[in-house]
Amino acid sequence: MVRQRSVFDIVGPIMVGPSSSHTAGAVRLGALARAIAGDAVRSARITLHGSFATTGRGHGTDLALVAGLLGLAPEDTAIRHAFDLAGEAGLEVSFEAADLGDVHPNTARMELETRAGDRILVQGSSLGAGNVEVTLIDDFPVRLTGDLPALAVVHHDQPGVVAAVSARLAAAVINIASMQVFRERRGARALMLIETDQPVSDAVASGVTALDGVIATRVVPAV
Amino acid sequence: MAYTTFADLAHAAASAGSLGAAALALEILESGAAEADVIARMDAELAVMEASIAAGLANPERSRSGFTGGDAAQVLSGPGLIGDSFRDTLAHALAVGETNSRMGRIVAAPTAGASGVVPAVLLAVARARSAPRDAVTSALFAAGAVGAVIAARATLSGAAGGCQAEVGAAAAMAAAAGAELAGADPDTCGHAAALALQGLLGLVCDPVGGLVELPCVVRNASGSAVALAAIEMALAGVRFPIPFDEVVVAMGQVGRSLPPSLRETALGGLAATPTGRALGERACAPSSVSETPADHED
Repeated sequence: MVRQRSVFDIVGPIMVGPSSSHTAGAVRLGALARAIAGDAVRSARITLHGSFATTGRGHGTDLALVAGLLGLAPEDTAIRHAFDLAGEAGLEVSFEAADLGDVHPNTARMELETRAGDRILVQGSSLGAGNVEVTLIDDFPVRLTGDLPALAVVHHDQPGVVAAVSARLAAAVINIASMQVFRERRGARALMLIETDQPVSDAVASGVTALDGVIATRVVPAV
Repeated sequence: MAYTTFADLAHAAASAGSLGAAALALEILESGAAEADVIARMDAELAVMEASIAAGLANPERSRSGFTGGDAAQVLSGPGLIGDSFRDTLAHALAVGETNSRMGRIVAAPTAGASGVVPAVLLAVARARSAPRDAVTSALFAAGAVGAVIAARATLSGAAGGCQAEVGAAAAMAAAAGAELAGADPDTCGHAAALALQGLLGLVCDPVGGLVELPCVVRNASGSAVALAAIEMALAGVRFPIPFDEVVVAMGQVGRSLPPSLRETALGGLAATPTGRALGERACAPSSVSETPADHED
């Protein structure tokens, strides 16, 4: 997967080393998980798979994931102090290594609990050159790259919700770049994951949350 | 899209005035950003490159794995057998690599693991020619355009093409951009890039323990030496008979024919030596979460 080449994709990005996949990509995965959780994270149980498990410590993958959960950017030199910062922020973190099955070698599973007490599972992979992909949100098999802003909408599986949400975005002149819809089972809880060309403001997100059938929304900025 | 052949890039440079000017013009066109903003962004990257050199030279600490650290400062105070500028170039390349290994801030060029070559070589040429800062920034655009050609015709990934695709690519980028900074025309810059890349064809990616450190840090220094040699030859009029575009394709083919053990898997080369294995096992031992890295600012 090669993105369109800007000269700054070749000379750049500015990042904290040592590895674009194991460090910068891991920060982005942590940042996506933080945004999907939608609230400050109180505890994180992180499982590292494959190369993340075997070379992650030397590459600072553990620090990088925690840095992302804390909201640091991939170029922030405070990444190396992420464990100290987590302590100050009241974020409890634990790590373990495990085989997560047939997934990319650079995969992390993050079981998060927010300050509000919500629990959410986010799993994702670092694909190389800083490109990442969230592949699992709770039980939903998603694909979210963080290259574009996104809106995650948890809703009831009932007629009209998809149309109402897309109409609300259209009214705000927000173009949908991609859209994925999943449901636990017919008539149960469902997830709509919408990548957009324009950022979704909190006001627009609140408008979506107020729609009939919508349970919750999360604005997931590009990272 | 970026120029996908050096021939196209050189053609555009003929009217734009230089490789750097052609690359800048294309970036402005593709991004829709203002010229001043695009230049300012590259200038900011140059500032980070300079800071990563200073941080590497000032910091005597070892990296988190313990594999690297302290060599840059040692080389800077070394004998300078061939000349101070050559010695300093090696020290600067090592410094960026060590900063990267210590989780400091660097500019990937084209990758994090090969980030020392372009800054070390361009700053060496800038010192030699007393080049103004905006000329160095322009040279960074040239380096980026050459890297984009390599990305389009081969690869910039060690996992796909071995170290020749990372340090080799960085040396080619630095050679072309360094030659331009020294006043060479686009054609001469192409020969500099070809001379650099041919010298690193076949270089394998064999990081000990799978970490971007050993031999990555010192390979930034040796890659810089190859780039300087290529610039010297090209400026003197040496013409490499095989065009850079074809050398790049050859690099991609060599990369595809490398066994996976020599493409960033840590299963071959130096990583598979008895000492490499022992070091790798020690560095990758499970760690305790309570452990924090050394407290040291850049």
